[in-house]
Amino acid sequence: MNPFIKYISGIFTALKALIGGLRVTWRELWRKKVTMQYPENRETLVISDRWRSELHMPHDENNEHACTACGICMNNCPNGTIKVTSNMEETEDGKKKRVLDKYVWDYGTCTFCNLCVITCPSDAIQFNNDFEGAMYDRSKLIRQLNKPGSKLREKEKVEKPAAPAKEAAKPTEAPAKKEEKKEIAPEAKKADEKSSDKENK
Amino acid sequence: MNYNQPLELTGLVSNLHEFFRDNLSPFWATLVEGALVLLALLTLYAVIALALIYIERKITAFFQSRLGPNRLGKYGVIQSIADMIKILIKEIIHIKEVDKFLFYAAPFFVIVSSMLTFGAIPFGQGLQAVDFNIGIVYVLATSSIGIIGVLLAGWSSNNKYSMLGAMRSGAQFISYELSAGFALMTVVVLSGTMQLSEIVESQRYAWNIFNGHILALIAFIIYLISGHAETNRGPFDLPEAEGELTAGYHTEYSGLQFGFFYLAEYLNMFIIASIATTVFLGGWMPIQIKGWDAFNQIMWYIPSYVWFFGKAGFLVFLSLWVRWTFPRMRIDLLLNLEWKYLLPINLINIIVMVVMVLMGWTLSDWFPALFGN
Repeated sequence: MNPFIKYISGIFTALKALIGGLRVTWRELWRKKVTMQYPENRETLVISDRWRSELHMPHDENNEHACTACGICMNNCPNGTIKVTSNMEETEDGKKKRVLDKYVWDYGTCTFCNLCVITCPSDAIQFNNDFEGAMYDRSKLIRQLNKPGSKLREKEKVEKPAAPAKEAAKPTEAPAKKEEKKEIAPEAKKADEKSSDKENK
Repeated sequence: MNYNQPLELTGLVSNLHEFFRDNLSPFWATLVEGALVLLALLTLYAVIALALIYIERKITAFFQSRLGPNRLGKYGVIQSIADMIKILIKEIIHIKEVDKFLFYAAPFFVIVSSMLTFGAIPFGQGLQAVDFNIGIVYVLATSSIGIIGVLLAGWSSNNKYSMLGAMRSGAQFISYELSAGFALMTVVVLSGTMQLSEIVESQRYAWNIFNGHILALIAFIIYLISGHAETNRGPFDLPEAEGELTAGYHTEYSGLQFGFFYLAEYLNMFIIASIATTVFLGGWMPIQIKGWDAFNQIMWYIPSYVWFFGKAGFLVFLSLWVRWTFPRMRIDLLLNLEWKYLLPINLINIIVMVVMVLMGWTLSDWFPALFGN
């Protein structure tokens, strides 16, 4: 192209590009402001559901939780934040059964990787979004998640009462849930293995 | 045609003048008036700087989808006053190994230069301290003194970052001063005078930017670009490029000395906007249309200083808009823009403007009934 024409057309393309940029910032000027005025808007503050801040163990109204003290979460935790201690108890029909004694989680060392929640076979733990976790004392960060006097939610308990409709519904529901969980767990593990393989290579 | 102007300050100014003339000897009257003008200008200087700092922070925040200062007073309006108090009571750190005399003199060059230019701006009808018949040349000359302060600051700081910042600033300022000067000269050709008050008066019915239509528009845009570059703002802030030079030429300054640089930077932004207003957008002159006396009367009810600050404020907003839109330029591209684009365009522009004025192709020549003075 003729250098002079190139020079002139360069000026106009530059002007066009500059005006395009100005248009973008003009739109930005009138956009809704994203600033949260935090301590004042505490009541209306919306935290995303995906936000992970405190690990907790949901208890139902009978003070029962779903943790079987299997220890998978403890084994999966990358930095030893979870300590599960359990006792062996003998049930009425003479079988030995593992019962959760203490489920201790350390807020201070947790990296919120979510591996414990993903791998839990019985869906017993969750992350909530109470993000205001600042403490004056480090010992307050170490928390026992199972409430005093709580116990495992019994599955057989549902089968005993004479309610056939429930009976029919429950067992099918429960195994399905379990299967889902089990499917997820191996996948997560596989992913872990893959990533570690890559690192090794 | 005389219009009713209830809120103008001309009456107050002439009353004061008569009062001093009647009660004092001519020497003392002049001295007292001079002192009063100086006081008024200094106060206005400080107030405009504080207001600009607040406005800039607020508008910057809005451009970035933030709220900006909003903790101190309603909507944070006294934030910049608090900042001023903070900067006044801060310690001035004395640095070893600097060239003491030049180091302490540099901020004064910068602030005095912007003060001198500030005095020549016509803020409203009868509100102009310095009105030479070579007003444009005076403005260009005094505003260029500031670069000496910047170069001295960089040189005397004994710091390579300051030095680099000052050198960049020097190269940039000297380059863009040419464009700014030529753009203003284009308008001088159009209005046939260099006196700022007469330039404003000549734009009564047609602002220069309309009177000189396309050529004046080109000159206006070039003046705004080179004005941004001269004040080291907008996309041309490489003398202060934080990523490379910490803060450029004022790295070693603290407390009030830094405050002087800061104040001068903001005021220079306002000065560029107000010169562009005066020269291109009709200055303090309200919008007037020949023959529409009722409309003109309504426009005159708004005092002239409000018109001036409104137009200047619009240009300041434009500067902020540009500042938060474009990324910082590289030094070679910066000089490219000036020497390969703005200056040649400007030179052609001024020659074509001369031809246009001689041939009578301006709006006021074409439609004397509508736009002629």
